[in-house]
Amino acid sequence: MDTGVFFIYLAVMAGVTYLIRAVPFVLCKGKIKSRFIRDFLYYVPMAVLGAMTFPDIIYSTGNYPSAIAGLAVGCVLAFFEKSLLTVAVSASGAALAVNLGMMWFD
Amino acid sequence: MGSFRKGLHDGIPIALGYLSVSFTFGIQCIAAGLTWWQAFLISLTNLTSAGQFAGLGIMTSGSGAYFQMACTQFIINLRYALMGLSLSQKADKSLSGIHRWLAGFGITDEIFVVAMGNTRDVSNKYMYGLILLPVIGWSGGTFLGAAAGSILPKVVISALCIAIYGMFLAIIIPPAKKSSSVLKVILIAVALSCCFRYVPVINKIPGGFAIIISTVAAAALGALLFPVAENEAKEGTAE
Repeated sequence: MDTGVFFIYLAVMAGVTYLIRAVPFVLCKGKIKSRFIRDFLYYVPMAVLGAMTFPDIIYSTGNYPSAIAGLAVGCVLAFFEKSLLTVAVSASGAALAVNLGMMWFD
Repeated sequence: MGSFRKGLHDGIPIALGYLSVSFTFGIQCIAAGLTWWQAFLISLTNLTSAGQFAGLGIMTSGSGAYFQMACTQFIINLRYALMGLSLSQKADKSLSGIHRWLAGFGITDEIFVVAMGNTRDVSNKYMYGLILLPVIGWSGGTFLGAAAGSILPKVVISALCIAIYGMFLAIIIPPAKKSSSVLKVILIAVALSCCFRYVPVINKIPGGFAIIISTVAAAALGALLFPVAENEAKEGTAE
């Protein structure tokens, strides 16, 4: 890719992403009075991550067996409140083990 | 412990998680024909997962798609606007003016959730501490991935692609265990997200929109049906 084109893309990408983060954060002063809006904002992060994780996680590794293994290991470790890193690496490890197993038996 | 140091401390697990996830982004950049420094710059300036992966696809598809790039980033990252509003409710007096412009750069899913999990309001120094290591982890991991991308076998690379979702599970499952309201909101969001994938006609809606609609609908239903008790809101949604 042309270097000039790359930098235009980079500027558009980074600019839009930055403004969408910073502007609402800067403009919203004082406490929001509405009970509904406060509860809504309280639920947003969990809802976002739920919607981003499912169903995409089962397609993430390119084949179902390894993705389902990673999902299962991730869910169990997350249930026992292991750290972000432990859960992420173990899910990858489980997916890798299944991938290797499938290659072995192929 | 000073609030900057507490922020640094809270940012360590995020930084380590980012290191492994951005590694896969670095690998994909090289596979798509970018150079290591281009991959590094994208991560350093964007600090976001889904938006970068989508942006990489647009970049490598041709030269003129700037408007599509802007729209895609806007839609995929619109959730940060909601998080910024939410975080503004949690900011103490020190986190105002120029500090909001600076700390705003670091609003990511994980940084937001960890900041909101504090029992007290957060200060500017805490936010800077919290953001610093994840930025280093995210851009450093991208660099390492770009460097390793040509060496690692495909079987390892595909397994690494689930890492980011593993991190998401680690964020959403513990609070869902403690609060049935949170669990129900997550299940509604997941059900809607699955509808946008599998139900004919509405599965034509682009992924970024699908995430926003699922999120807004689930969080709004949650706010209507399961009002948050005062003490629960103070405890926040994460450890």
